[in-house]
Amino acid sequence: MSDAPAIEFEQVYYRVPGGAVILDDVSLKVERGEVLVLVGRSGVGKTTVLRLINRLLLPTTGVVRVDGRPTSEWDPIRLRRRIGYVLQEVGLFPHMSIARNIGVVPHLEGWPPDRIRARCTELLELVGLDPSIHAHRFPHELSGGQRQRVGVARALAADPPVLLMDEPFGALDPVTRVELHREFRRIQEQLHKTVVMVTHDMGEAFALATRLGVLDRGQVVALDTPDRIARSTEPRIRLFLDSLPPVPVVSHETD
Amino acid sequence: MRLIDFWLSHRAELLGSLGQHLVLVILATVTAIAIGLPLGIVSARRPRLGAPLLAFANVVQTMPSLAMFGFLVALPLIGGIGARSALIVLILYALLPVMRNTVTGIQGIDRAAREAGVAMGMTPRQLLLQVELPLAMPTIIAGIRVATVVGVGAATIAAAIGAGGLGDYIFRGLSMTDPVVILAGAVPAAALALLVDVALGWVEGILKPGGPLRWRPGPWLVATAAVALALIVVASFALTGRWGTRIIIGSKNFSEQVILGELLSQAIERFTELRVDRRLNLGGTFICEQALRAGAIDAYVEYTGTALTAIFHQPVSRNRKDVYARVASAYAETGRTVLSPLGFNNTFAILTRSADARRLGLKTISDTAAHSPKWKAAFGYEFLEREDGYKGLVRTYGLRFAEPPRVMDLTLIYRALASGAVDLIAGDATHGLIKGLDLSVLEDDRHYFPPYDAVAVVRNQTLAAHPELRPAIERLAGKISEETMRQMNYDVDVRRRDAAAVVREFLDQLGP
Repeated sequence: MSDAPAIEFEQVYYRVPGGAVILDDVSLKVERGEVLVLVGRSGVGKTTVLRLINRLLLPTTGVVRVDGRPTSEWDPIRLRRRIGYVLQEVGLFPHMSIARNIGVVPHLEGWPPDRIRARCTELLELVGLDPSIHAHRFPHELSGGQRQRVGVARALAADPPVLLMDEPFGALDPVTRVELHREFRRIQEQLHKTVVMVTHDMGEAFALATRLGVLDRGQVVALDTPDRIARSTEPRIRLFLDSLPPVPVVSHETD
Repeated sequence: MRLIDFWLSHRAELLGSLGQHLVLVILATVTAIAIGLPLGIVSARRPRLGAPLLAFANVVQTMPSLAMFGFLVALPLIGGIGARSALIVLILYALLPVMRNTVTGIQGIDRAAREAGVAMGMTPRQLLLQVELPLAMPTIIAGIRVATVVGVGAATIAAAIGAGGLGDYIFRGLSMTDPVVILAGAVPAAALALLVDVALGWVEGILKPGGPLRWRPGPWLVATAAVALALIVVASFALTGRWGTRIIIGSKNFSEQVILGELLSQAIERFTELRVDRRLNLGGTFICEQALRAGAIDAYVEYTGTALTAIFHQPVSRNRKDVYARVASAYAETGRTVLSPLGFNNTFAILTRSADARRLGLKTISDTAAHSPKWKAAFGYEFLEREDGYKGLVRTYGLRFAEPPRVMDLTLIYRALASGAVDLIAGDATHGLIKGLDLSVLEDDRHYFPPYDAVAVVRNQTLAAHPELRPAIERLAGKISEETMRQMNYDVDVRRRDAAAVVREFLDQLGP
């Protein structure tokens, strides 16, 4: 069990019931503690990959395994509670305070209130927000960057081993985005989560990934370290990389 | 001001009506929420199931409330008269806004919030209770607000089937053609609607996320609300329910009938130990008949000619004794007993303005045939439909009118004639406004109209259970002449006296 990869796709094929083919024979492995960033144009199936991992979708054919076990055999509720999920739109609950938003999964898991409160304080500090100021605010009183920090805190609340991030910094201005990239790396150095992130921003991908996957038309056309991807001479990857600004090397220098 | 005087003098009664009205609306709305909220949730989840449900609620909503009340009266089991039928109609009306707003509220929730909930591992139930319902709540409350305000209005119509409430005054006022009495019911009803609207609007504002106040119901608050609601429901059942056995007296919805209903009631109260529930001002003949048949009322005063043709659909007869005998046996076959005639014959009267009658020298209906092609006529709805009504009248007397006759409410028809809007009407021979508005009764010289002797009709079961009832009512037999009846009608309709007081005086004079 422990030597199984955290997440594994084996010849996964997904088509929308009665509709288009989204994923066409995808196979990949995500090792524990690595940050796999999937890049690709809009509509190539990046989000579908994430939704297959926490069983919001099941593959049409093929198998998705989490901890070596096919998702179809997991109880979906149990599975989702050990996978944190961060959306671009954040999806904070507008009728709950920040503290309550962060405490949702611990609350569902039946933690005692004291422990939830302590965890919330700890997480707000981790994502760089002052608990005494922000815990009792409501989502609409926060800036976009602050909301996204809360989204990350909420996803981490019950300490899930896996974190899925769907264009988590996409809606932020460039300055805030770079700031959050730095925060993310700091947090990841502390926590060593298994992270699968999708983005269409190549700069972001190169800044955060330990491994990088390129998706095109439902297929993984490259899956390697950022360095090797950047140096690849394979025409399909080259073509793809050239079409996507900004140039990856520049991104590395902004560190 | 007369309106304020009226309120002051009818204080206790008004409070009672207001209470009945509130109870009706609250019960209907609470039940509609209990049904509509789950239906709305299901509909939001499964549009295929929801679409026909919403379509049904939409159709119900477009039906005029009076038609719906009328329809329900004739239905077995769930129908009949009284608060129960009214509740069913009001619940059906309240259902649509509650359901539709629940569906819209749930479907309108931010997709990301819902997806976040699912992805965090919420079960469908947790998602509903922790995310969907709280976020949809302002929209749902808005629906409840619409349902309640509509309910306050529709409940006034419920008085037509004897459910009580503020509508009683409106119908009473219409039958007395007294705007003050109409306003006495209409003004509080409107005020109530506004009050409810403002109060629920406030709740709606509070519940809106990011509203001025962030209100989260603590457990104690939910408990308090639940207890208060339970108390209201229990209290309302107590209010609408009946304690002990009471004789229920009904009447149709015009002044003479109300007086006669009051007369039966007071005679029973005066001459026996029995207690009486008054369900006066019930729709028309058909509603009273249904109510008596179903046992929703124990007795009311009917007219022999009306019973013969309108209820038992038998051919018209001009012989008074023959009509009485046939009606008595028809009622006997259906478990009712006809007591002795009260004395007066309230036949249909064909009326013109006295000025016209003098000017043209009109004495009989036959005299009008020469003038009728230049005239406009108006009749009540029942008269136009009945076997012994309009069709036979024009055939017998060879009448033609300038245009097809208008259908007009019986309560307005006398004033329509007096004001010159129409030139000929059919009314009641004993109507007080004949005297009050200077109208002339034309003689039925070809004896077209059958006799309409007023008789009390009582359920056999009731007579058997209370042997003292029959002699009490029989004391009135033959005691009310046409002149007496017209005088009492005049007192109530024109002098605007209280029917109960007029009847009390009459019974006082009648002696022991």
